[in-house]
Amino acid sequence: MFRETEILKSGSQVLPAGEDSGGAGDLVINVGPQHPATHGVLHLVITLNGETIKKVEPHLGYIHRSIEKMCESLTYRQFIYVTSRMDYLSAHINNHACALCVEKGMQIEVPERAQVIRVIMDELTRIASHELWWGAMAMDIGAFTPFFHAFREREKINEIMEETCGARLTMNYYVPGGLMAELHPDFQKKVKEFIALFKRKVDEYDELVTGNIIFINRMKGIGVLPKEDAISYGCSGPAARGSGVNCDIRKLYPYAVYDKVQFDEILETDGDSLARYMVRIREMKQSVRIIEQLIDNIPEGDFQAKTKAVLKLPKGEFYSRVETARGELGVYIVSEGGTTPYRIKFRSPGFSNLSALDHMARGSKLGDLVAMMGTLDLVIPDIDR
Amino acid sequence: MNNEDLKTKITELLPAATFDEAGEWLNIHVEPAGWLSFAEKLRNDDSLFFDYLFCLTCIDWKTHLTMIYHLSSTKYRHNIVIKSKLDAAKPEIESVSNIWKTAEFHEREVYEMFGVNFLNHPDLRLLILPDGWEGKNPMRKDFEDPVNMIKL
Repeated sequence: MFRETEILKSGSQVLPAGEDSGGAGDLVINVGPQHPATHGVLHLVITLNGETIKKVEPHLGYIHRSIEKMCESLTYRQFIYVTSRMDYLSAHINNHACALCVEKGMQIEVPERAQVIRVIMDELTRIASHELWWGAMAMDIGAFTPFFHAFREREKINEIMEETCGARLTMNYYVPGGLMAELHPDFQKKVKEFIALFKRKVDEYDELVTGNIIFINRMKGIGVLPKEDAISYGCSGPAARGSGVNCDIRKLYPYAVYDKVQFDEILETDGDSLARYMVRIREMKQSVRIIEQLIDNIPEGDFQAKTKAVLKLPKGEFYSRVETARGELGVYIVSEGGTTPYRIKFRSPGFSNLSALDHMARGSKLGDLVAMMGTLDLVIPDIDR
Repeated sequence: MNNEDLKTKITELLPAATFDEAGEWLNIHVEPAGWLSFAEKLRNDDSLFFDYLFCLTCIDWKTHLTMIYHLSSTKYRHNIVIKSKLDAAKPEIESVSNIWKTAEFHEREVYEMFGVNFLNHPDLRLLILPDGWEGKNPMRKDFEDPVNMIKL
């Protein structure tokens, strides 16, 4: 992270010739921290030669809240809700990872009903997140209309969430052992209505953007990330699956009821921006498929297991991994047997995905950087934590 | 490979390694001194092939620090956890950012939050904290921030 004076000092300037700073005539420019294409307060210091990118250096920390340290003084019931504020577009899924980790440590059996509802909620969140990404990404590269289309459908999901959870973005619906409250009576009806609508709309998205020749020209062959590099940089989620890496945690290490539903892990092999785009579009259709299988089969029963009022994790280490809309989220809890974690680490997908940006961007044009960042689907609070 | 096979194989590569199975995966305790060459073997050995470093972090135990590396193989799907005990006063370990590129960012984070010095890291600078940060490393247990509320 740069201080204000540092930004002014490092603002557009011609560097002297040298190995590290680039050759004579290289230009250093700042993108962000306040830039519409970075979708948050991300600061990139870019070294350019003409219009060609020589180096991209992310400067993080503008939205760092030290969530890991904060969690060390929160109980196992409280800390879950701080994580809604990390990747706020996958709030449910973040909560799921934390709840799973505590359940693993306490050996709590989660009722079937809660597990099924969790999966439905997770997949609705995934659709909402991918929709926002789709709209924002299309806007980044110059198409304004998709943004409104995407937000129109996303609003329906927000309404469903609001009815059941009482909130639209940071839902705080999961507790260790199950769910915070019973579903709203209209939940199933509303979700079915949404699914019927969304299946038509996702084809409309394809017509509007995917087949567009200008769009394809801006995406194809841009920001190529080979498979080996994607693994080495620790990429996960659609960013890695666009390069052909099998990394869907829902398939590899199934949690909740993901092993009982039918869905495909979406893989593309090109590794460019278009491949990452296609992975997310096709993933939305798979999420619809999962919801369709479950929405009429929510088992009756308790929505929450009976747990003690004060949770104490036994001494030891617990790790849980889930697939958020952006990739693999790991929650690593080290417990000393008390009511609060001794140390907690969130392995956030965005942090690792961002580290591959420099590698992807080198040698390409400045204008293409926006397409690369767009298809990495960066959420800055998830990176800074 | 299951844990028993992994143990046999890893003992061949590094006889000094000790094991425990307290967590979900096999824990391997190594000395910081031989870590880099051992890491190279883990990555490049055909039957191990740990190519995916999915979590790198550090724990402050007050008396010492422990580096934690979670490794996975995308080919064989086995996981291990490497632990290495560091001295609290002068924590130093070899950087593995040449082997797993993702380590570069994660090590920078551990460097500023815990003060661990990664030897031969290509670009060991502050990542999240503001430039010119003075004082203690925020994730250490003895860190108190009188201005910004972190603890409740």
